[in-house]
Amino acid sequence: MKGLKPSAPILLLLPAFVVLAAVVLVPLLLSLYSSFTPFRLTRPETFFVLIGFRNYISILSNPDFWWAFGRTVLLLTIALNLEMLLGLGLAMLVEKATRGQRILRTLMMFPMMFSPILVGFQFKFMFNDNIGLVNNALQSLGITEDAIPWLIESHLAFTAITIAEVWSSTSIFAILILAGLLAMPKEPIEAARVDGCTPWQTFRYVTWPFVMPFAYIAMTIRSLDVARAYDIVKIMTDGGPAGRTELLWTLVGRTAYSDARMGLANAMAYFSILLSIAFTVYFYNKLAAARAQIGAEW
Amino acid sequence: MDENASARLIRRTLTVAHRVGLFLAMLVICLPGIWIVLSSLRPTVEIMAKPPVWIPQQLSFDAYVAMFSGIGKGGIPVLDYFRNSLIISVTSTVIAVAIGMAGGYAFARYRFRGKSGMFLGLMLTRTVPGIAMSLPLFFVYARLGIIDTHFGMILAYVALNIPFTIWLIDGFFRQVPKDLAEAAQIDGCTRWQAFCQVEFPLARPGIASAAIFAFLTCWNEFALASQLTRSVNSKTLPVGLLDYTAEFTIDWRGMCALAVVMIIPALTLTYIVQKHLVGGLTSGAVKG
Repeated sequence: MKGLKPSAPILLLLPAFVVLAAVVLVPLLLSLYSSFTPFRLTRPETFFVLIGFRNYISILSNPDFWWAFGRTVLLLTIALNLEMLLGLGLAMLVEKATRGQRILRTLMMFPMMFSPILVGFQFKFMFNDNIGLVNNALQSLGITEDAIPWLIESHLAFTAITIAEVWSSTSIFAILILAGLLAMPKEPIEAARVDGCTPWQTFRYVTWPFVMPFAYIAMTIRSLDVARAYDIVKIMTDGGPAGRTELLWTLVGRTAYSDARMGLANAMAYFSILLSIAFTVYFYNKLAAARAQIGAEW
Repeated sequence: MDENASARLIRRTLTVAHRVGLFLAMLVICLPGIWIVLSSLRPTVEIMAKPPVWIPQQLSFDAYVAMFSGIGKGGIPVLDYFRNSLIISVTSTVIAVAIGMAGGYAFARYRFRGKSGMFLGLMLTRTVPGIAMSLPLFFVYARLGIIDTHFGMILAYVALNIPFTIWLIDGFFRQVPKDLAEAAQIDGCTRWQAFCQVEFPLARPGIASAAIFAFLTCWNEFALASQLTRSVNSKTLPVGLLDYTAEFTIDWRGMCALAVVMIIPALTLTYIVQKHLVGGLTSGAVKG
């Protein structure tokens, strides 16, 4: 072991770095550059005109952008918290089950297999005001007479999107938290019970600290991929009605491909990248801290 | 006596509540999928019926037959999309896993400076949202002339999958005790032989599930594919799904059928890997 060349790990990691540099880093640098130009796809010569921070200024003074930004953060906050809570609940329900746990676990993973675009499409179908399952059910049960315009009224559309997002990602939390619950030694819980803890105290001070790293793994995985909400929104409302469900990502896509204003879109894209990075680094640090807390070696 | 009875009553109520809760949760999870399958088998008239028809009157595989019988009848070239999806997903998975194995092994078995930072850096490349990534890639690919080609998509998907593959494979190699490889080396194996003969076979189920996970990511990806593909040359199934939407109308039945076609491979593969997947993600959560 001792006589190894120090470069072995670097050598092993080299292919990964080369591919990522070529496909991610270099294009990102390019887009950073073009965010300082008035670049339009239709006018290639504009690629070489530098305009300083004008793109950024026009973004920052654009209320539509701030609405989209705020909405994105709001969606992520609501969705991630709900997913965490529901995932925890689901994991505990399944863990308590005495029979058929294997099949329950498989069912629980069901939404994970759905491509985000399929999630978007199926909820668009179910929330359709005319033929959707939700409205049909509500009307047949006599809860409401009129069709509820789920994807047409702005607050309802946001709710519908949140539901779709939560449905699709809760299972990641559930499955990882369940793994934590199953891996947990039983002695501390019994000890807590013998010492007279209430069920809530047992959960709060024994179970939860142990399960927390698993929840943060789920959070980290989710935050690696928060932008998958793009697919869902793109299909369900495409930012509508009148831009009321526009998220950062759909706004970037629209500016770049519909308006062909690449430079501006790249500047916006950098905000979305920073947002993703902020989420990931935050949860990654939490994960490391949680691991340290239960005495794990990193 | 009375206390016993009430305690028993409480316990029984709790059990029933648990069952009901579990049932409701599973219903919410499964219902959308079941609804899609059901809708794909019903005639369009029934889907559109007002007031709704709850009990299917007639089921048929017409939508699937139409879908696979070519452009003229089904409306969209599903077979081409299916082939593109398969080629792109499989190739990029194989490459990503090969690269990921090298990287994961390095993270699991060596100590080197800046390891933690490097790991985080790798993960951060994955956080770049697909739509943000697609802008510069679109531009570069247009210049290189590899838009709407399999090669371009494969390259993008390899990069997309490397970070997560490394994370998973790192976890699986960590689960293989270090002592085994060391014992093999003491017995005269080279490091390479120890890897091939001892560590790789032990980590193989895990690596297989990393591969399936990478495959599913490619299979389901939309944000990049929607911008980097143009025609039947390279369009994948998720992009093809949009072919069923016209300006104001959507062929719900056809879409449902295509959705089912997309889900079935994903369903099968996920079922195979579920056990290993969780193990790989969580290894290192409690032990180092």
